[in-house]
Amino acid sequence: MAKRIEVSGLHAYYGGVHAIEDISMTVEPRSVTAFIGPSGCGKSTFLRTLNRMHEVIPGARVEGKVMLDDEDLYDSSVDPVAVRRVVGMVFQRPNPFPTMSIYDNVAAGLKLNGVRRKARLDEIVEESLRGANLWNEVKDRLGKPGAGLSGGQQQRLCIARAIAVQPQVLLMDEPCSALDPISTLAIEDLIEKLKTQYTIVIVTHNMQQAARVSDRTAFFNIAGTGRPGRLIEIDDTSKIFTNPEQKATEDYITGRFG
Amino acid sequence: MTTLSSGTGAGGSLASVSPARKLKDRLVQGLVYLAFALAVVPLLSVLWTVAVNGAKRLDPTFFQFSMNALSGKDAGGGAYHAIIGTLEQVAITTVIAVPLAILTAIYLVEYAGNGRLGKLISFTVDVMTGIPSIVAGLFVLALWLLTMGFGFSGFAGALALTILMIPTVVRAAEEMLKLVPNDLREASYALGVPRWRTVCFVVLPTAMTGIITGVMLAVARVMGETAPLLLTIFFTKAINNDPFNGPQASLPTFIWEQAADPNQNSIDRAWTGALVLIGIIMLLNLVARLVARRAAPAGR
Repeated sequence: MAKRIEVSGLHAYYGGVHAIEDISMTVEPRSVTAFIGPSGCGKSTFLRTLNRMHEVIPGARVEGKVMLDDEDLYDSSVDPVAVRRVVGMVFQRPNPFPTMSIYDNVAAGLKLNGVRRKARLDEIVEESLRGANLWNEVKDRLGKPGAGLSGGQQQRLCIARAIAVQPQVLLMDEPCSALDPISTLAIEDLIEKLKTQYTIVIVTHNMQQAARVSDRTAFFNIAGTGRPGRLIEIDDTSKIFTNPEQKATEDYITGRFG
Repeated sequence: MTTLSSGTGAGGSLASVSPARKLKDRLVQGLVYLAFALAVVPLLSVLWTVAVNGAKRLDPTFFQFSMNALSGKDAGGGAYHAIIGTLEQVAITTVIAVPLAILTAIYLVEYAGNGRLGKLISFTVDVMTGIPSIVAGLFVLALWLLTMGFGFSGFAGALALTILMIPTVVRAAEEMLKLVPNDLREASYALGVPRWRTVCFVVLPTAMTGIITGVMLAVARVMGETAPLLLTIFFTKAINNDPFNGPQASLPTFIWEQAADPNQNSIDRAWTGALVLIGIIMLLNLVARLVARRAAPAGR
């Protein structure tokens, strides 16, 4: 199910602003890759190029190649909508659909893509909520509004919603930044569990979190304001946190700048 | 602790407010209440006057009979023909204007971006908002009746009202759609949902409460329009259930006609007509509120 991502020579722009420059990396299947780096260095922008969400913003464009196994996501024959069914995403702020119940939130991706059979939906909703460690907390109130849950529960609801469409890759953009430590722990446990099935990429500002959950870590940096963000290095997490190749990585991790 | 106590000690007690500030506070508060009263008193006065004067003829006859074969000085008679006319005309107007207006708003918010066409439409809607209602009536008179040769009908009136209703609904729907957080659209796109489905099943339901309110305000507005109807539906004292054929009556024109007659019986009918018009609008508002509550985003 999980797929390998290979990026080569990727540039992203917002109108005339060059946001990220010449990024190449490989993301292994069934593993967690963490993106770290100071604010504004293009981590989130890069993440959003991996499921073609970058181009949703008016004026934004991308150059370069993103290979998902052997398909180029930016080939002109590729439908961005189809890409997003394969590469799911969880956002920084929990964003359940306010008009929908818990059940409908999880089923949204399927229903809006034409799955109608009630039995099949029931099955996937339960499976996804179990997958997101939320089933026991909400199984008796599936008809209640999703917006009524706590922040941590809402974020797990969003993860359930993302995995319900059975993607191959899951992108997470600072999924814990709005959550308390207990909810964060719940999400981290969940990431640990999900990585057996999915390729996971997570952007985080929390160094300990990167160290705890990821197998590989990529460090991004920016040369100065107005300059595009660059990938400084990517390596096994243990190596990045103990003995990085680059001085800048070491400085960032030890808190000497950023 | 020490810094805190010395701080309060130097500045005096926390409780005391300088008298000048207190005075200003009272003064502004008084002005706000005065403004509120100035706005509400005329409103209540209108409601009260209409209710008192209209109650005289608020009887079953009023709702069961038309003015057919009656003249101004005769007692009895009713507004059945006018009520039917208004309901039909406004229903036709709503059926034409609301889908057009909501689709326009969706185009402006979801698809137009900063494009030239979007700006042009936006500008046109602004211009339409400023059209005096009689001009809308004249336009339909000139185009539909004189140029294209159709006769007076409730439908012609509905066309004039449509011109007045579209811009208000577009503006209201546009504002509501803009309030839908972008997060929700992105969440939907990220699930691999195409844009049109995102609009239909995520954006529109989220904005629905506000859109319904906007539609109701627009309905209430066109329901009271008189001038464009005078030019398009003409007059009749008889019941005409067919909005596509022949002159029709409507409540605003009925009121206008009855109030212009010096006989007390006519004037009483005009008051009751006004009361019924207000009643219908309030009833519609109530229904819309109930509908809006059911469509409201599930609370937290």
